[in-house]
Amino acid sequence: MDWQTRANAMFPLGHSLTELDNFLSGSAQSGAQTIAVVGTTGHAPIGVEIALAQARFVLQTVREHPRRPILMLVDTAGQRLRHRDEMLGINSYMAHLGKCVELARRQGHKVIALVYDQALSGGFITSGLMADACYALPDATIRVMGLPAMARITKVSEQRLTELAASNPVFAPGPENYLRMGGLQDIWSGDLAARLQEALAAETTGDLRSRLGQERGGRMFAQRVIEAIMADRDVLAP
Amino acid sequence: MNNYVNSYLESTARERIERLFDPGSFVEFLPPASRVISPHLGQLDAAVAFDDGVVVGRAFLDGETVFAAAQEGGFMGGAVGEVHGAKLVGLLRRAVTEKIGAVLLLLESGGVRLHEANAGLIAVSEVMRAVLDARAAGVAVVTLAGGSNGVFGGMGIVARCTNAIVMSEEGRLAMSGPEVIETASGVEEFDSRDRALVWRTTGGKHRYLLGDCQAIVSDSVAEFRQAAIAACRAQPTFLCLAELDQEQAMLGERIERFGAMSDPLEIWAALGVEQPAAIPMLDAAQFVAVARPRRLGGR
Repeated sequence: MDWQTRANAMFPLGHSLTELDNFLSGSAQSGAQTIAVVGTTGHAPIGVEIALAQARFVLQTVREHPRRPILMLVDTAGQRLRHRDEMLGINSYMAHLGKCVELARRQGHKVIALVYDQALSGGFITSGLMADACYALPDATIRVMGLPAMARITKVSEQRLTELAASNPVFAPGPENYLRMGGLQDIWSGDLAARLQEALAAETTGDLRSRLGQERGGRMFAQRVIEAIMADRDVLAP
Repeated sequence: MNNYVNSYLESTARERIERLFDPGSFVEFLPPASRVISPHLGQLDAAVAFDDGVVVGRAFLDGETVFAAAQEGGFMGGAVGEVHGAKLVGLLRRAVTEKIGAVLLLLESGGVRLHEANAGLIAVSEVMRAVLDARAAGVAVVTLAGGSNGVFGGMGIVARCTNAIVMSEEGRLAMSGPEVIETASGVEEFDSRDRALVWRTTGGKHRYLLGDCQAIVSDSVAEFRQAAIAACRAQPTFLCLAELDQEQAMLGERIERFGAMSDPLEIWAALGVEQPAAIPMLDAAQFVAVARPRRLGGR
């Protein structure tokens, strides 16, 4: 589904979102609040330009609209796979975007993200996964890479990975698995405008994803390892 | 010490830890004896490691207490899985609660461990957040990059979220590996077997000239140690709008000046390096003499 349809459902009170070369930005009305919206569309591969454009928008929001909530709209095929991007240091552009989102958070901006179509690896790490809370629509695709490519790199057969993906959230794409592992706060359904307002009103305190992953049964080790190290214990809690 | 023993590149993660910090000072958190292994590798019939490929703990560096982590490139290329990532997060969070001055990250990683796919991706993101949280709390986080597997994928992003990066010429820092790009976009896009091109594009000298790393040293544990001591004194550690505005301008200028070029040699020439083709042959000291006055983002 195109971003306009999603935006119209999310912002019935109006928005000024514009798209230029897959870069999405503008402001929107959510209940009584004006929010800043930034993101990508068309399964955009994230290259240096679009990473920098998003960062510019976040910095501008911090400068001109103190504490205005920021919504990141995620639709990406991952980082752009080009020699030019690597030569220019694409990891620095990605990190810069991540740091800008972090600065916004520190300066009192609530930052939420919505995977409204597709989220893959590098493009997701510096957008949706940097938010205070990341949400997804039920039919969103979220994954590291496709199973055929994963089979080639891990040297595990595609058939075996497909079997595992059926039962194991670690291998299967899709929002339910990311929800179970704590990578998503929630999956939105029904009235998107209401879901957005609830998300903007929700309290967020720090990065709770490993704890959520444990509570929801999708990632049983991360939180226990973190706790053991912090408590200087040599064994994990049962 | 002979060259082999002193080579950072040739050392394992544990040897780097042993030789980089004050002798005998390292105390490991959740050591191999704890037998905390990946919960995901077994079902793929993949080998496990009792440290899941990363060593974390406390040490003295020139008499100061620091925290340190070292990724083992010999185990799955240093890739980050659920346990591996959580060890890094635990270390960084503990550095905050114990008010440790600096955390040294001896990174060597291909990024997300694909055998743990989704869990690895979330883990790398948690490491990134933990680095930034540590910085905000006043902890200096310093990356050392000199391993043969380089620092790639999400860990290439994590590295650029730290306060400073120290590299050797042999170290590599990038996002997608040349093989990945070649597979996805063809050999004419990036020939992963063209070693010289790979080093020019991802190696320490290019990163130093572009301003993506703050120091470059020879492939020597002793030199990494000296540079690490200096980098740990970097202040302030936290992010501010002025610094990110500056970075925004620097990265924008980089695209304007070099975006139409196709080889790092052209970039080096544009920076005023008189004999760019000679750059790969220079040793670290000769290189720094040529590069320091011309590099971008120098601090």
